[in-house]
Amino acid sequence: VTVLRPYGDTTGDGMVQMSFTLPMPHSKLAEGAAQQLANKMGMDPAMVVHAKAMGPDFTFFIVYGRVHHLVEVDKVRVVERDYPLLSPKEANLAIRKLLRRRLVVVGACIGTDAHTVGIDAILNIKGFAGEKGLEYYREVRVVNMGAQVSVPQLVARARAEKADAVLVSQVVTQRDAHLLNTQEMSAAFREAYPTATRPVLVVGGPRFDESMTAELGVDRIFGRGTTPADVASYLVHTLAARRAATGSAARNAATTSDPAPEEQAS
Amino acid sequence: MKLALDETAVRQARTLAARVGQPIVDLARQHTTVSVERATLRLAGVSGADPDGTPWVNRLLDAVRADVGLEHGAALPVWDALLRGEAEDLTTLAQKASAGSVRFRLPEGRERTRARSAARKQVGAGLRRIDARRRERERMVQRVGDAPAKPWIYLIVATGDIYEDIPQAQAAAREGADIIAVIRSTGQSLLDYVPEGPTREGFAGTYATQENFRLMRGALDETSRELGRYVRLTNYASGLCMPEMAALAGLERLDMMLNDSMYGILFRDINPVRTFVDQRFSRQVHARAGIIINTGEDNYLTTADAVEAAHTVTVSQLLNEFFAKEAGLEDWQLGLGHAFEIDPALPDSFRLELAHALLARQLFPEAPLKWMPPTRHMTGDVFRGYLLDAFFNLAGALTGQGILLVGMMTEAVVTPWLSDRDLALQNVRYVMNAAGRLHEDFHPAPDGFIARRANQVLGEAVALLERIAADSDAEGDPPLLAAIADGTFGLMRRPADGGRGLDGVARKSEDYYNPATELLEEK
Repeated sequence: VTVLRPYGDTTGDGMVQMSFTLPMPHSKLAEGAAQQLANKMGMDPAMVVHAKAMGPDFTFFIVYGRVHHLVEVDKVRVVERDYPLLSPKEANLAIRKLLRRRLVVVGACIGTDAHTVGIDAILNIKGFAGEKGLEYYREVRVVNMGAQVSVPQLVARARAEKADAVLVSQVVTQRDAHLLNTQEMSAAFREAYPTATRPVLVVGGPRFDESMTAELGVDRIFGRGTTPADVASYLVHTLAARRAATGSAARNAATTSDPAPEEQAS
Repeated sequence: MKLALDETAVRQARTLAARVGQPIVDLARQHTTVSVERATLRLAGVSGADPDGTPWVNRLLDAVRADVGLEHGAALPVWDALLRGEAEDLTTLAQKASAGSVRFRLPEGRERTRARSAARKQVGAGLRRIDARRRERERMVQRVGDAPAKPWIYLIVATGDIYEDIPQAQAAAREGADIIAVIRSTGQSLLDYVPEGPTREGFAGTYATQENFRLMRGALDETSRELGRYVRLTNYASGLCMPEMAALAGLERLDMMLNDSMYGILFRDINPVRTFVDQRFSRQVHARAGIIINTGEDNYLTTADAVEAAHTVTVSQLLNEFFAKEAGLEDWQLGLGHAFEIDPALPDSFRLELAHALLARQLFPEAPLKWMPPTRHMTGDVFRGYLLDAFFNLAGALTGQGILLVGMMTEAVVTPWLSDRDLALQNVRYVMNAAGRLHEDFHPAPDGFIARRANQVLGEAVALLERIAADSDAEGDPPLLAAIADGTFGLMRRPADGGRGLDGVARKSEDYYNPATELLEEK
């Protein structure tokens, strides 16, 4: 079936429920107003089954009613995540199988941006949106360099720590500073590493366009609402894909040519 | 409602907590931090910030540190400079110092005695201001009335804009909140300075500043009078500036502060020594200010399994109690935390919750325990979440919790809507009204599931404390530091020489002097 209606208790009845608040005192008029909103939203008939004053200026409503809209399933378009979402447990297991050691992530806010909200939400154990950050993952070693890190410091630390992935956050930006900073960062990593051993470069922040990876020279861009599990799953997926692509010969070559750590950034 | 607890184990647990805690207290006594010194200067009246927003107290301490180091404390060099006539007051001194036109030195002999007594006098005046604010609170509670019933209902506001927070907080109080907590902006705990002035933008919370404290307390005083009950205000003494937060809270008559002995170490990667030194000072200030602390044990259960890790909560509560008492806090000021975080899919999950909550209640009979709602198993199914919150409320009622943080069915979905808060309060009211006195009838069977489970958790807590007490590392650090480095708590390994803020710690010299510490310990 490609055309559907919501289901209450009978096929095709189109019944839905919703609740909302109107900023007006509870009265008959308010209930009528709720009914009007429901009608305008396409509920017909709409039943205001509950109305309750919340303080002197607001009223809360629960409305049940029928909608006549059809859901055309074959016209639904979604942007699918192109990698499977893993739980921390699954990610840990995958890393252990893939690398036989802990995955090393180096994170920082670069440029003048002092806002570590984003990088901390992804890295700190406290996490974000009820999900624990990457520090919580047993098989991930996190180096969080904090804010106002320069690109050379970041590159030096990534080499010293033998980073598998570098996470850069840019929250507060003006005049496209986040784009310029990111391009500077990716260029520096291209210069410092041969392509085969370059860490996975990930940037995140609310102002990025997720489709600009090529222009910015990074592997992935994450926008608002990204959770630690999104990032962990992506890293596992990408590292696995790289392994598969390069094969074991290249891997051996890569480990022997691994550059010695240079001066340690603070 | 009473549990048959193994009294020998209870005594053993307290003895072990003291054995583990005392070396940390000794360590804290031997060190100072930039934030302890800045808090001292704030008590003496340094306020304001330079045009870039850097507080004058930071500029002043940085200048002192550059000239004579941190290890002697700020008081002697600062008041010596004042007595030499370098500036007429502290803030002017800070301004001159940051322009580089003042040189600090460590005074000796008679000059040292004079600097010492001048510092003591001025910091003492700050502490007397805190005393006055405490009496003011006591007077207000007496005049307008206290919260009508226990548990106190605790609600959160967090718009990021203090001028939005105020009407929201007032509305929440009118709806029934006894306590308003203003959540801080994400990341403030890692700032090594306290921002200045009223703030209108934060990330998932509002910056804690002295001015924001003052504005919110003033607004809630107004609402308290209107409602005929004193509405308490909560903020955070945590992160790198916790001593300063404590001082500002005391000066602006905040009523409760989140203040955990290990939270910053484990969850914010703040250096352990820095944290313990800052903790002790901040708790001494809270003790003086009549502020109730809220500890953060609920956080362990957000990272570890609530059944497996139940005893780590007990251990942390015992340590928090030891550190709090040592710093002068009284039982009524110990809002020890725990949470309703057991997986609801687990058989007997509610019985387990009751066992854990009763254990805490009985271990700390005089403390106003802080009961935290489910977060981990709130899925976005708001209907199921509402039911879970009702069971959380019921467990709170049955086990006599002192402070109940109201659970929102939209946890992990949106920041609470007006309607979420209203529905959540209806939930609390229904449960308290229907079952608030059920504990009078309900007694767990002496050898039943709940009593056995409580004793089991207590036993595990004793075993863990024994393990911590026996821990050691190569550097000869106190056992608790070694245990924290091993990842004993919350699965995080935090070595004593790692983490943020270590560069702001100094071992006290022979010449160290801090009038605030001296005065706070005199009582």
